[in-house]
Amino acid sequence: MAKFADHNETFSLAGLQQGTFSSVEWVTDLLQRIERSDKTINAYISTDGEWALEQAKAADQRRASGEAGPLCGAPIGVKDVLNVQGQPCHCASRILEGYTSPYDATAVSRLRDQGAVLLGRLNMDEFAMGSTNENSAFGAVRNPWNPDFVPGGSSGGSAAAVAAGSAWAALGTDTGGSIRQPASFCGRVGLKPSYGRVSRFGLTAFASSLDQIGPITQTVSDAATLLTALAGHDAKDSTSLKQAVPDYSSALKGDLRGMRLGLPKQYFIEGMDQEVEAAVRQATEQCRELGAELVEVSLPHTEYAIATYYIIATAEASANLARFDGVRYGAREAGSDPLDQYGKTRAAFFGPEVKRRIILGTYVLSSGYHDAYYLRAQQVRTLIRRDFEDAFKQCDALLTPVAPTTAYRIGERTADPIQMYLGDIFTVTANLAGICGLSVPCGFSSADLPIGLQILGPAFGEETILRVGHAYEQSTDWHVRRPPLWAGTAS
Amino acid sequence: MSDPHQPEIDVKYVAHLARMHLSDDEAEVFQEQLEHILEHVRQLSDLDVSGVEPTAHAVPVHNVFREDAVDASLPHEQAMDNAPQSRQGLFVVPRILE
Repeated sequence: MAKFADHNETFSLAGLQQGTFSSVEWVTDLLQRIERSDKTINAYISTDGEWALEQAKAADQRRASGEAGPLCGAPIGVKDVLNVQGQPCHCASRILEGYTSPYDATAVSRLRDQGAVLLGRLNMDEFAMGSTNENSAFGAVRNPWNPDFVPGGSSGGSAAAVAAGSAWAALGTDTGGSIRQPASFCGRVGLKPSYGRVSRFGLTAFASSLDQIGPITQTVSDAATLLTALAGHDAKDSTSLKQAVPDYSSALKGDLRGMRLGLPKQYFIEGMDQEVEAAVRQATEQCRELGAELVEVSLPHTEYAIATYYIIATAEASANLARFDGVRYGAREAGSDPLDQYGKTRAAFFGPEVKRRIILGTYVLSSGYHDAYYLRAQQVRTLIRRDFEDAFKQCDALLTPVAPTTAYRIGERTADPIQMYLGDIFTVTANLAGICGLSVPCGFSSADLPIGLQILGPAFGEETILRVGHAYEQSTDWHVRRPPLWAGTAS
Repeated sequence: MSDPHQPEIDVKYVAHLARMHLSDDEAEVFQEQLEHILEHVRQLSDLDVSGVEPTAHAVPVHNVFREDAVDASLPHEQAMDNAPQSRQGLFVVPRILE
C-alpha cells in the first residue's frame, strides 16, 4: 500500500484522526508487515487477521459517525499474559496449550471500549519470568536493531513489535522491569504505572504485589494517551486505587524549569557499560539545559534490591503458579493419582526458568526458612520504599539508566541465572516501592544498540514523569530513528 | 548462616513440596544454581531489620469489601470449557479413594 511506503510520516494516530488512512487500511498493511518482520524477530505468538479487520471496520464506522476517541482504530498488540475473550492466552508456556480466554482483562476491555484494534498475541518470557525473551515455549524473540541480540524481557515481543513497526503500540507487564528494560533495549518508550494505577484483573499473575500493566509505544505522547485509557479503579481488582484519572496528555507541556531531578548515586556504578553511563549523563545534562535543577540523592539500600526482589517475586510466583496442575485448564500429563498427575503435568509443561523460580519461591516460604528469607525480604522492602520516600522529598523525579548495559547477545546470559538477575538492578526497585517509571530512548552504543533513560516518579506521579520524558524526547531525535528491520524491510 | 559443606537446600524435596517432579539431571543443575542464588540473597542478613515493619504490598489499602450482593459471574459451562477432561459439569481427575 503506497501510502504506508514510508511509514515514518504516517505511523501515528494523527493519520487516522485526519482521515489520511482508515483503520482497515492500516491494519491490512500491518498484518503483511507482521508476516514479513516476524520471519526474523518472532514477536507475535499468533495473530487473528480476520478478527483484527472486523474490529478495524467497526472502528472506521464509529469514526465516521463522529463518536470516536483518540484510540478508535489504533492497532495494538497484547502480551500473551493478558486475557482477551475468545483468544488463546498461553503465557508463552506449554502448560496453557489449548486454553481459550473466557473473558477480557480489564485493561483489554478498556482499550476495546475505545475502539482499539487488537492485532494478536505478543511473545514473552514464559509467565513473564526472564529478562531476554529467551524463555519462551514459542521461541526466542530477536532485537529489530540486530537479530543477534535479545530484545529484553519479559515483554520482549511487545517491544520488538513496536520497534519494528509491526504494531502502533503494545501492552506489556512489568514485575521487575519487564516493560522498561525491553523498551530500552529496543529503543522505544515503556511506562510502568504505579502499583494500583491499572487494574490487574485478567492478567495471569506472576507476583501479585509487584505486577503492573502498561504500554510500550513509539513516543511519550502515545504512552500518555494509552495510560489515560488504561488507568482507574476496577471493582474486580481490590488493589486498584480510586484516585481520579487525569488526562495524561495534558501534562505534556512546557520545559523543565522549576523542576528538581535527582541523580541517585547508587545508579551510576563502577562496572556499568561506559557508553550507557555516558549517554545517560548526557541526557541528564540535556534536562538541565531544559531548565531542570539536578541534585544528587542517595538510595542506600539499592544493593539489596536484587536479593529482595528475587525472594518476594519467586515466593509469590510459587503460590500463583500452583493453579497450573492440569485439572481445570491447559495441558495434562496423566498420572496414577492426583498428586502424581500434578507432578507429571508440571514437570512436562513448565520450562526451566519457571521451575527454578517455583523451587526458590517454595523454599523461601517453607517451614524453618520463612522468617530468614521471606519475612526479612519484606522488611528490606520497607527500607527500599523509605529510601524513595526520602529521595522524593528532595526532588520531583529521578533520572537513572534503565539497565547497566545495552541488549545482550542471544545466549550470552542463559547459563548463569545470577548474572541474568543482576541486570535488573535499576528496575526492580520501582516495583518493590510501588512507584512509577518511564523508559525513554537516550542514545545508541557504538554497536548501534539503543540505550534508555529511566525516569522514576513517586506513586501516582505519572504526570510528572511523562512531562519530563516528553520534554526530553522532544529535544532529541532518538525516538524517530528506525531499526534496519523497520516494518520488515531488512536491508 | 549455614555449613558450607552441608547444602542448605534439598532441591528434590522442595520440588516435591511444589508438586513438581524433577529428573535427576534437572535436580543436579538446579541444586548448583539455587545454592549459588541463595548465597547471593544471604547478603540480606547483613542488614539490621529489627523493628522494621514488613511490606506486603505498596498501596495504602486494606480489607476492601463490597456489598454482599449477588452479581453476574462466569457461567458454569464457560468455566468448564477449558477443562482437559470433564463429565456432567465436573472436572475429572484420577481416583483418590479406593
